Order: sequence, then C-alpha cells, then structure tokens
Amino acid sequence: MDIIISNADSRPIYEQIYAQIKDGIVAGDLKEGELLPSIRTLAKDLRVSVITTKRAYDELEKGGYVHTVPAKGCYVAERNPALVREEYLLRIEEHLREVARLAPPCGLTEDDILEMLRLMNQGNQGEEK
Amino acid sequence: MSGLENAIVVKDLCKSYPGFSLRDVSFSLPAGSILGLVGENGAGKSTTIKLLMDAIHPDAGTIQVLGTDTRDPAFSRLKEKVGVVLDEAYFPEVLTAQNVEQVMKNTYTNWNGETYHRYLEKFRLPDNKIFKNFSRGMRMKLAIAVALSHDPELLVLDEATGGLDPMVREEILDIFNEFTREESHSILLSSHIVSDLEKVCDYIAFLHNGRLLFCEEKDRLLEEYAIVRLRRSELEALESTAVVGKKVTDYGAEVLVKRGGVPASFAREHLTLEDIILFLAKGEDNA
Repeated sequence: MDIIISNADSRPIYEQIYAQIKDGIVAGDLKEGELLPSIRTLAKDLRVSVITTKRAYDELEKGGYVHTVPAKGCYVAERNPALVREEYLLRIEEHLREVARLAPPCGLTEDDILEMLRLMNQGNQGEEK
Repeated sequence: MSGLENAIVVKDLCKSYPGFSLRDVSFSLPAGSILGLVGENGAGKSTTIKLLMDAIHPDAGTIQVLGTDTRDPAFSRLKEKVGVVLDEAYFPEVLTAQNVEQVMKNTYTNWNGETYHRYLEKFRLPDNKIFKNFSRGMRMKLAIAVALSHDPELLVLDEATGGLDPMVREEILDIFNEFTREESHSILLSSHIVSDLEKVCDYIAFLHNGRLLFCEEKDRLLEEYAIVRLRRSELEALESTAVVGKKVTDYGAEVLVKRGGVPASFAREHLTLEDIILFLAKGEDNA
C-alpha cells in the first residue's frame, strides 16, 4: 500500500491518509478482510502523530470502509456495492462539472460532448476486440 | 505500569526565583505519546523539567510521573523507569563509554548491556575514547544511549537536539519515533528548535515568560490556525475576532488567523508550528 503525504497538499494529513486508504479499498487494491497496520505502527512508519492516524482510521470506520476488532486490529470491511457506487457517482459528477466548465470556452455544445463520449466508448470497445 | 492513562500529570505548578516565576502550569502527557515543550530561553522549560524529576521542589501544585506523586518517597525508586537527558552531558571527562557502563550497571537494577552496546554501535560511538574527546553530538548520543539502556517507560530530555547538526538531529528523532512504537513508552522533550518538535511530537506545550500559553494536539494547532498574506488595504476586511496576530510592513501584511473566521479560499498557505508560536509570543508581549 502506498501512502504519500505532501506538505503542498492543502488537506490535513489525516485526510490525506484517509483518502488514500479509501481509494485503495474502493479500487479493490486492499481486499476485504485484509488487516491494516495498527494505528501506532502506521503513525511511526509514516512519521506522523498517533493522533493523526487514529483520526484517519476513525473516519474510515465511520464511512464503513473498515471495521475494528478490539485487541486485534483494523480490517478492511466487506465491500459494500452501494458505497462503491456512491463514491464513483460522486467522482463522475466532479469530472462532469469540470467538463461543463471547460466546454463553453472551447465552443462545444452538449451534443458535441455526447458525441465525444460516444466515440471514446466505441474506441475502447474496438481496442478490447 | 501498563494501562496508565497519563505518563505525566502536572497541576497548578508554581515555582519562584528572584526575577523569574513559573505560574499555574498545568498539562498532561498521555501515555504512548510525545509531548514537546517549546519556549524561548528562560521561559521555564528547564525549571519545569527539574521539578518533574524532583531535583527542585514546587512552591505550589502537584506533579505525578508514571502514576506517582514526585513528592512521594516511592518516587525515588520509580526514577529507574525514567530516562533523563539534560542539555549538558555530564559524564566525568576521563571515562570511556566502556567505563560509563560499569558505573551504570551499579546504578540501575534494570541495566541492559546488550541494549547499550546496540546503541553504541548504532550511534557509531567508540568504546575506548575518553569522554573529554567526544564532540557535542557524541556526548548527547552517549547520554541518550544510557537513558535508553535501563528499560525506561518515560524519556525526559532537555534540549537534547540543541547544537547538533541536522543529520545527527534526524538520527535522534528517529530513535524517539522508534521508542514510542511501544504503547507504554512516552517522551517529554524540550527544545527551542520548533521544527524538530513539529516532526516528532503528538502534543505541543508552549511556555512563555513562565506561563503556559497552550498545551494542544499538534494536528489541531496546525488545523486551527492559518497564515494569510494580503495588501494592507485588505486588512480591514478581516473579522477582528479571527485575527490572532499580525505583522504589517510597507509592502503588505501577514496575519495569523483562526481558520474558522475567514473564508476557506483565504487560508491556503502552508503553516508551520514556528509561525504560530512566533505570532502568539509577540501577541502576548504586546498585550
């Protein structure tokens, strides 16, 4: 598992850790039932405060991504399809917002964009064959 | 001593000398964490540490270290569980690291020679060179090796990284990081090198003129405050309740604000602990 902490990132460190573990879980890189490093181990490995990693794990637990077994550790929770779908929808929305922002200066209409998407999908299918 | 909630609890501590007084200092160090004591020279850091070790006695207030009151006769036995490093390393000049071990073996019932030699090797300290010929970095590393070799649960260090080069400091901070992998291990260290403390500490306590201005989670401090740089004409637009301190020059203004009091787009700049401390100390002096 890669966790990269950047000072240039305006998000607080716990949020950076939370987001990267969450992404790993959503993408399936971290498998259901996998044991995550303990709060203390992760803090010392990343050289951040124990409070920071505790907060990241708390957020993950709140979001239903992990569950904690007392005295054992923190495990990746069962993949919840609804949760994954919601996460993906959120990201699609973000990208679409960016598309909507960039399209007018380029003189692209909604139809142009739909056409682009259609072509892109055809291209992808072509590659897969 | 496992299951202890706090390694150190200080309550309403007061100590006066002619020309200096430590007033109503209260803080605690949760077990398993690292607390950094920051403050300018003469702020009261060393006085606090001496009080913690019962080397001097408080005029008022109480101190518990590893669950025992420092004025309790039982505390002297408990001192074995505390590794102490003071800013002046203090071994007799003619002793070698080898000799130091002989002395320590007779001092501490829990002396662990294996650990000691592992640290000597790790720190690349010679066995047979006399202390007089050690550099400041070597002296400090020897003191830390000794402190870690009698199986302590708490390390107390006064300016342990002062006067050392960045490589050695980094090496020492790494040791602190490793030491606290154990849940029952805690560290209190004082320094005026704020960036060192920012690297390793979970909590920061800030002493200024003998008073404790805050003792807070490091993360929370960095999150709560923000630095805003703007034109002087824009200063008025800031809510005065959000402003903690400001520095105005002929070319613009630099303002320490509470993040909650300004629009999020304002407070983008990366902030260090040092910024917070400098602004707060200055604000306090002007108050």
